[in-house]
Amino acid sequence: MAVTTMAKAINAGLRKALENDPKVLLMGEDIGKLGGVFRVTDGLQKDFGEARVIDSPLAESGIVGTAVGLAMAGYRPVVEIQFDGFVYPAFDQIVTQVAKHRARSSGRTPMPITIRLPFGGGIGAVEHHSESPEAYFAHTAGLRVISPSNPVDAFVMVQQAIASDDPVIFLEPKRRYWDEADLDDTVDIALAQSPYAARVVRQGTTATLACYGPMVRTCLEAALAAEADGLDLEVIDLRSVSPLDIPTVAASVRKTGRLIVVHEASVFLGIGAELAARITEECFYALEAPVLRVGGYHTPYPPSRLDEEYLPDLDRVLDAVDRALAY
Amino acid sequence: MTADGGPELVQLLTPEGERVHHRDYDVDLTPDELRALYRDLVLVRRVDAEATALQRQGELGLWAQLLGQEAAQVGSGRALRPDDFAFPTYREHGVAWTRDVDPLQLLGLFRGVTNGGWDPHDHNFALYTIVIGDQTLHAVGYAMGIQRDGTDRAVITYFGDGATSQGDVNESFVFASVYNAPVVFFCQNNQWAISEPLERQTRIPLYKRAAGFGFPGVRVDGNDVLAVLAVTRAALQNAREGNGPTLIEAFTYRMGAHTTSDDPTRYRVAADLEAWKLKDPIERVKVYLARSGLADHDFFDAVEAEAETLAIGLREGCRSLPNPEPESLFDHVYAEPHSLIDSEREEFVRYHASFAGGQH
Repeated sequence: MAVTTMAKAINAGLRKALENDPKVLLMGEDIGKLGGVFRVTDGLQKDFGEARVIDSPLAESGIVGTAVGLAMAGYRPVVEIQFDGFVYPAFDQIVTQVAKHRARSSGRTPMPITIRLPFGGGIGAVEHHSESPEAYFAHTAGLRVISPSNPVDAFVMVQQAIASDDPVIFLEPKRRYWDEADLDDTVDIALAQSPYAARVVRQGTTATLACYGPMVRTCLEAALAAEADGLDLEVIDLRSVSPLDIPTVAASVRKTGRLIVVHEASVFLGIGAELAARITEECFYALEAPVLRVGGYHTPYPPSRLDEEYLPDLDRVLDAVDRALAY
Repeated sequence: MTADGGPELVQLLTPEGERVHHRDYDVDLTPDELRALYRDLVLVRRVDAEATALQRQGELGLWAQLLGQEAAQVGSGRALRPDDFAFPTYREHGVAWTRDVDPLQLLGLFRGVTNGGWDPHDHNFALYTIVIGDQTLHAVGYAMGIQRDGTDRAVITYFGDGATSQGDVNESFVFASVYNAPVVFFCQNNQWAISEPLERQTRIPLYKRAAGFGFPGVRVDGNDVLAVLAVTRAALQNAREGNGPTLIEAFTYRMGAHTTSDDPTRYRVAADLEAWKLKDPIERVKVYLARSGLADHDFFDAVEAEAETLAIGLREGCRSLPNPEPESLFDHVYAEPHSLIDSEREEFVRYHASFAGGQH
């Protein structure tokens, strides 16, 4: 056990994957000598060589498109897109090729590709460096979309994503890269919880907060603050947004009667909208209030001086809890 | 690929400040024009240095330095006519200067108070584009537009060596070529795409790529403001006359970091930097002006003083740049009313008013 940041935990997970499977290789811009702009791949090229940790040309469509070919040649590519807002040149390859190849080939051509994508805001960055594009990917059949909220999950889930024969969009909450936790790097990923299963990270009875990635910490802080007001909030870390673990959320809502979904992405047609619809179907008679959503607005991500006004925070989560309780 | 740019490099002013001649390119500048170029170079470098300092002081979230690329930007920018149109990346502070964009307006994006900063049509200078290479297609489209207008205007677009790997840049070459668009592709090859050296993007000199797309390419000493001016003028003239695009590879060097978030000591050696310092774009002009008696100490001192005044103004201006109004989030997303935006704005105002009322 050692205290580790999320960035270092992902690095350790990537290292394990490289050690355990000679077919795993990493590719991306600046991931080799520099170790990535967030240093997530620090030292990996030095230890595993330039053939397995590849500094790519500056071309995102090229990175993902060649990953398709590498996968067809029997490799297990783990590619990094440097920032969320730079993924769109690769969007065509991801949606039309990566996502569909397995189905088109009747399962003969799996796409064991992991696309690592630092996402989300709150780091005071310039335009295109703070976005939350998960709904685009979740809307695409054939992709799995997951996001760790803490270093331990990050270590395990990145290895699970790499081991999967399905393509996985691995969303790394960049503002939590420096969050720390005790990490046991001997954990056997075969025995670990499925990355597609949600986890109740705080038990409660008053209302349920469902969240993932960067918002898990925000929701846990909100739940702690709400204790002072006598509110006992349950917090669910969804961990995966495609697939969504509906049974775990439904079980919680049957207990609390209220659900608030929290994400940084715009609420319009977002993950929260899907959860609201599903939970309304599954738990209609258990609901004491409509499912509420807290998230980004239907605007471009604003200049960073408005980060705080744009991003859901503790107050906005508690405001939604108040509204849910007022029904 | 030779480190000195090779024999194909167009040069009119050597690093030692010696005026040389080239068979295809020349400029005939008055002493006033030469001194004005020197002033541009010095002031642009000072803007860059001041912005870097402001980032270190926490006044800017980030700054993309142009240090070392002043001649490439000033030379090409001054080759433009006011009615030509330029499409920059996010590092073209020197071109912005030549388009009369107030340097303070450049800082807004990096301070995080705006995602834009100036009116592109006031300056014929598009907004900065952060996503690598996207703007090259915009430039070609603009060029196709003015081609249809029947004017003799021309368009220039800027991008780096890294961007030449992007699909959009290659597509822009195709469109410009097949439509014979009046556009100049100005590639500042500063040798580095963050940590990746040129060898990670290409095996041939970049200017030679143009041949495969069917238009001329030329490599110019990007640290030689006279050569850049001459080559860019010629390429623009070619475009005006209906002869289509040109790719200019300005061979230069990123003396600073990629941005203030970057640490180049992790991936490149100090010796390269030292070698390029000897090719400084400003020093050679100063030597030339002094040696040919075109400028004296008083002139150089006056430019320095002007740079200092500019820096002070920038510093004070930056610190007083107001934060955007929170509600401005919802402005300008759509031209016409949009029910979702309207309801979210109402909700936003209600929510923030609840704090003012002391309910929380």
